[in-house]
Amino acid sequence: MFGGRTALLLRGLRPWLRVEPRRHRDSFRDFTKEFDKFRQKAKGILPGSDWTPLPISRDLPPEQADVVIVGGGVVGWSVAYWLKRNEPQSGAVRVVVVERDLSVSCLSSARYAKASTVLSVGGIRQQYSMPENIQMSLFSANFLRLIDEYLHVIGQPPVDVQFNPSGYLFLASDETAAILEENVKVQRMEGAKVSLLSPAELKKKYPWMNTDGVVLASCGLENEGWFDPWTLLNALRSKAISMGVYQSCGEVTSFTSDTTEMVTQDGEQIDFSRIKYVNVHMPNSTEYASIQCSLVVNAAGAWSSKVAEMAGIGTGPPDSISGVKLPVEPKKRYVYVWHCPDGPGLGFPMLIDTTGAYCRREGLGGNYLGGISPTEEEEPDIQDLEVDHEFFQEKVWPKLAHRVPCFESLKVKSSWAGYYDYNTFDQSPVIGLHPLVDNLYFATGFSGHGLQQAPAVGQAIAELILDGKYKTIDLEAFSFNRLIKGEKALERNVI
Amino acid sequence: MAAPTLLRQCRGIVSLLYSSSRYNSSSTSSTANPAKVGVLQYLCNRFYDIETFVEVSRALKKWNLHRNNRFCIEACERYGYEVGAAVFVLNLKGRIRAWGQNNWHQNSITKWKDDLNFQRLEEVRLEAIDISGSIISYNGLDNLVNLKALKYLDLSRCPNIDDWSLSRLTVFRDTLEELSLAGCPQITERGLACLHHFQNLKHLDVSDLPSVQHKGLVRILLEEMLPQCDIVGMGYGETEPPVEGATNRREMEEHPEAAINLKAREIHT
Ligand SMILES: Cc1cc2nc3c(=O)[nH]c(=O)nc-3n(C[C@H](O)[C@H](O)[C@H](O)COP(=O)(O)OP(=O)(O)OC[C@H]3O[C@@H](n4cnc5c(N)ncnc54)[C@H](O)[C@@H]3O)c2cc1C
Repeated sequence: MFGGRTALLLRGLRPWLRVEPRRHRDSFRDFTKEFDKFRQKAKGILPGSDWTPLPISRDLPPEQADVVIVGGGVVGWSVAYWLKRNEPQSGAVRVVVVERDLSVSCLSSARYAKASTVLSVGGIRQQYSMPENIQMSLFSANFLRLIDEYLHVIGQPPVDVQFNPSGYLFLASDETAAILEENVKVQRMEGAKVSLLSPAELKKKYPWMNTDGVVLASCGLENEGWFDPWTLLNALRSKAISMGVYQSCGEVTSFTSDTTEMVTQDGEQIDFSRIKYVNVHMPNSTEYASIQCSLVVNAAGAWSSKVAEMAGIGTGPPDSISGVKLPVEPKKRYVYVWHCPDGPGLGFPMLIDTTGAYCRREGLGGNYLGGISPTEEEEPDIQDLEVDHEFFQEKVWPKLAHRVPCFESLKVKSSWAGYYDYNTFDQSPVIGLHPLVDNLYFATGFSGHGLQQAPAVGQAIAELILDGKYKTIDLEAFSFNRLIKGEKALERNVI
Repeated sequence: MAAPTLLRQCRGIVSLLYSSSRYNSSSTSSTANPAKVGVLQYLCNRFYDIETFVEVSRALKKWNLHRNNRFCIEACERYGYEVGAAVFVLNLKGRIRAWGQNNWHQNSITKWKDDLNFQRLEEVRLEAIDISGSIISYNGLDNLVNLKALKYLDLSRCPNIDDWSLSRLTVFRDTLEELSLAGCPQITERGLACLHHFQNLKHLDVSDLPSVQHKGLVRILLEEMLPQCDIVGMGYGETEPPVEGATNRREMEEHPEAAINLKAREIHT
């Protein structure tokens, strides 16, 4: 009987399934058409036009929540996902993610126009000097590998982050070779698969390389490479929403807190506070919504010190605990894309030169991308995301062309800039509770490797919130307390 | 009682996913076509317990895969990794050949033991493994990665071998001479790139890899990357027929220049 019914169902479906006739599309023509449509749309979104692809969502955020996450970049959504995944019973934790970039409009690609997540180059590596960073990145690699098991939403195509397992190749000069070797020892101890190469081996393996000044190199064999950050962000977001996370378009502008005064034995007065309400400015209106909440997670990336300030962090007198700022600042980083038809081929890894310049292959068509972190004096203005093309000519190109001589002739095709959520104190993330604001958690300050650590950090914060302690990876070394004590958690391999 | 909420949620996901694909700024046009939404989603929207069914069947499949790819810990502990690997391969109906042997073995491990001329099982070194058509996965490779002298590996038609698994094979980079990946549906050109570690590879079979894009170009790039190696199975002139319903993203990859322009645009808008 059941069989009969299925047959019926199928028969019923058949004509419906055939709605679109099979046809071989001329993909290029289609593409230009799509592109034109896109351009029209993009124009429509610019200020001065009243066009919107969707009625702007007027949905107010829920009035109260257990956890409010400020910032819907990859870190924010990862925290949201892990909170839902680890909640003791379904629906036990009410989570809201507040993101201001969505407000541009809910369907355009201009969304996340500034979020670092979508402006990154998508690299993942285990070649760090701190065991915590190596463990996080190993965890994330595993997460990316099993991403479809973690983030599959029913009825949707499998999640594929387009991982390129091409590895990172770090080059070390005379001065840095000893450090490199030491780092590799730590990496291997933590279970990363890294091999050391001499200049002769390098030359043999990578004939396109000029090994002048290279004394030693380390090359990641597994779990290193690059992937598509959009896919990761969208997959985390879709999954989290399918599990019941609320998303709210709007900007967090202030917190309403309760303060308790306490006096220490030495007579010093300390103010403990607790955030009661998160005040969200709704897009395109003068409306404000308040979310009553028990916990807040600061995952606002490069802007997280502003969010910390809203909670009074860093506003106290200079040598008190409340005077310690969250030392995370936006730092502009350029990425250039160039074409070089005779450039290195399929075996080209993510190359990190002795000078700190990096580059990698982008696709198969002879395109490459790369850049370098400017020195402190060269730090560009952070008002906008304009790209300085001279920077490539003067700082990036000479270094790369020296290392990879075939890059001497190349054509820059495009470029973009994004903000590192840069920790000026020690270039390491700040993770965990604040000592004085006792319901504010940090997950920020990743200084250029936040994308790859997001899955691990999300889990860590979820553990802190739900279990009160780290269970998988101990990230105590990155707590806010180190800033107060002035102890640096120094990571040597910051690119 | 939960049904209405669930239903609402299901619909919520659909609309969300349509808004989420990266370059798909014009996806609204395709939303209108119900066939593209997928039968499953259609059913999901109406019957909320379909989700549970699907989850259970996924879990079952996963469990089976996991069970078959377990690490043969007892054999490894008693006789070392080489014998452990042999046990694993034979369990999956594969074939093995040890150094010094002339013939492949695919029967029981005890029979293989009788055939060996070694006095001690611990001294055996596997030279060749043919595990084609099996359900070996990334985790199953745990059993193989400690082999000391593997020269020949046939992974053809293994549905669970993916790019991540390929990067695990780099442990054999100094010994491996022949590798077959023919007919592995999950392998893409991204994974093939990590074969550059295999300096001693002499023979590579990459025929019939449906997920590899731009086969002709990849063939040339592979040859350039592995000059010492004989590559078979991927023609220079091979181009794949246009995929019906290819996502915008794929098309974008075929026109990298445009993709990059788009990227630059996105930032300005
Ligand atoms: C050029 C470049 C290359 C990079 N390459 C890599 C790489 O190869 N590998 C890697 O791992 N990492 C890389 N990164 C770093 C990585 O992108 C970031 O560390 C990571 O994306 C940080 O994620 P996030 O979620 O914390 O921040 P973001 O993605 O910036 O998200 C923060 C969000 O918070 C929102 N927000 C801020 N303030 C408020 C507020 N008051 N109210 C509401 N919302 C708010 C913002 O709109 C933003 O969307 C790179 C970064 C750049 C710029």
